[in-house]
Amino acid sequence: MFTLSETMRCSSIVGVKIGVLALQGDVSEHISAFSLALKATGRETGSEVIAVRKAAQLSDLDGLAIPGGESTTISRLIQKNGMYDPIISFDGGIFATCAGMVLLAKRVDDPRIKTLALIDIDVQRNAFGRQRESFEADLEVTGLAGTFHAIFIRAPVVTRAGPGVEVLARIDSGIVAVAQGRHVALSFHPELGDDLRMHQKFIQKLEK
Amino acid sequence: MKLEELRFGTELLKRGFASMQKGGVIMDVVNADQAVIAEKSGAVAVMALERVPADIRKAGGVARMADPGIILEIIDAVSIPVMGKVRIGHFVEAQVLESLGVDMIDESEVLTPADEQFHIDKKQFTVPFVCGARDLGEALRRIHEGAAMVRTKGEAGTGNVVEAVRHMRNIMGEIRSLQGRNDQEIIDRARDLEAPPDLLLETVRMGRLPVVNFSAGGIATPSDAALMMQLGADGVFVGSGIFLSAEPERMARAIVEAVNHFEEPSVIASVSKGLGEAMKGLDVHTLRDDEVLQYRGR
Repeated sequence: MFTLSETMRCSSIVGVKIGVLALQGDVSEHISAFSLALKATGRETGSEVIAVRKAAQLSDLDGLAIPGGESTTISRLIQKNGMYDPIISFDGGIFATCAGMVLLAKRVDDPRIKTLALIDIDVQRNAFGRQRESFEADLEVTGLAGTFHAIFIRAPVVTRAGPGVEVLARIDSGIVAVAQGRHVALSFHPELGDDLRMHQKFIQKLEK
Repeated sequence: MKLEELRFGTELLKRGFASMQKGGVIMDVVNADQAVIAEKSGAVAVMALERVPADIRKAGGVARMADPGIILEIIDAVSIPVMGKVRIGHFVEAQVLESLGVDMIDESEVLTPADEQFHIDKKQFTVPFVCGARDLGEALRRIHEGAAMVRTKGEAGTGNVVEAVRHMRNIMGEIRSLQGRNDQEIIDRARDLEAPPDLLLETVRMGRLPVVNFSAGGIATPSDAALMMQLGADGVFVGSGIFLSAEPERMARAIVEAVNHFEEPSVIASVSKGLGEAMKGLDVHTLRDDEVLQYRGR
């Protein structure tokens, strides 16, 4: 995946510190995916991936991952643990999958969830249906060569993307991957597969 | 990307679904009102039942899958995943729950077994299954049959955490005791455990079960839930413990917070204050053998 010259260039880069919001969901999968992605891009030395349970841990992070899980539960725990405002004012990049995408949206079709409104999108929860309608598919993603094998589990879909939002992937007419500034939000779960290009791209963006 | 090119019901999707439950509390509910309370309190999923296990115990007779009407009512009431229980080996009850749109099926010893020889061939289904286990061999046999998630059995409907502790310690202790052994020794141990050798090798390599492992059967207080998390559970099922307590909504919230902060005694202390009476509970040692649910299925 990486040419020799790219690997050599990467190895001189200073490390990054990434936190995974560890309130509920597939936290350990995100931690190991980011650890492997850092290794693959020659950033092991000086880099760190930590589980974030408290607002105080956000201050020295370059990036934050909001994992998949139950968005109603995570939303509730963000507020209970006093992390709502600290995440909104977090100045690094955010990498959000599935429930994470729901939480980053401006609006969601469910009043039970208080979103963080960090990306100018509207989101529909469980847009493809229930678990029996969960699926795997090969997606074309802007900026990636070939296709990306994506895992959708009771996944949300973006129903509106604002003018500042870059649409990275679609399934039929539904938007399933977006970026705005240094934030990335995905309907699917790259942390459950072996292809770490989405993670690597996010890490590269953090350094710019 | 066309919708026809999608793949459904794969092992990855099933285990992935289970991973999304981690760090969460799955609550037994018997109607839409309880389901809404569970969701509002932060449950990651609900288990739709006709009766909670303690009431199944009291009612006696044959315990079966819940009325589809109750399950549909619960599915309509909440946005979180809905699970349902079927009898061990009763694959038609499982087909019925799958057709209703249940997100995960619990092949459960809490109901009266329908087959004393075979568990359900879970690989035939699109929806994932969770199964109970008392030890590592049983857990790996269920995974081999296609379970995407395991829960330690404990002793359901007792409000007594002792069996849940025993089963979690059995599984975690066995995995720890095999660390550092070579493949030959592990395969030899697989024979004693009646476990598929490949799965045992994978488990030892990972230092944990290869699927998500929750605790169930007897959790009645926030401290019980945190105890199971500290012993290595990925999350907890709470059955009778919530809606048979004096103040279900407060108990539900308190257990969710105790699981979230399972290593912070001061938080567990504060959420445990003034919760009212927990469910009454049963001493497991007073049960006759035929009343012990964990012996069902092996």
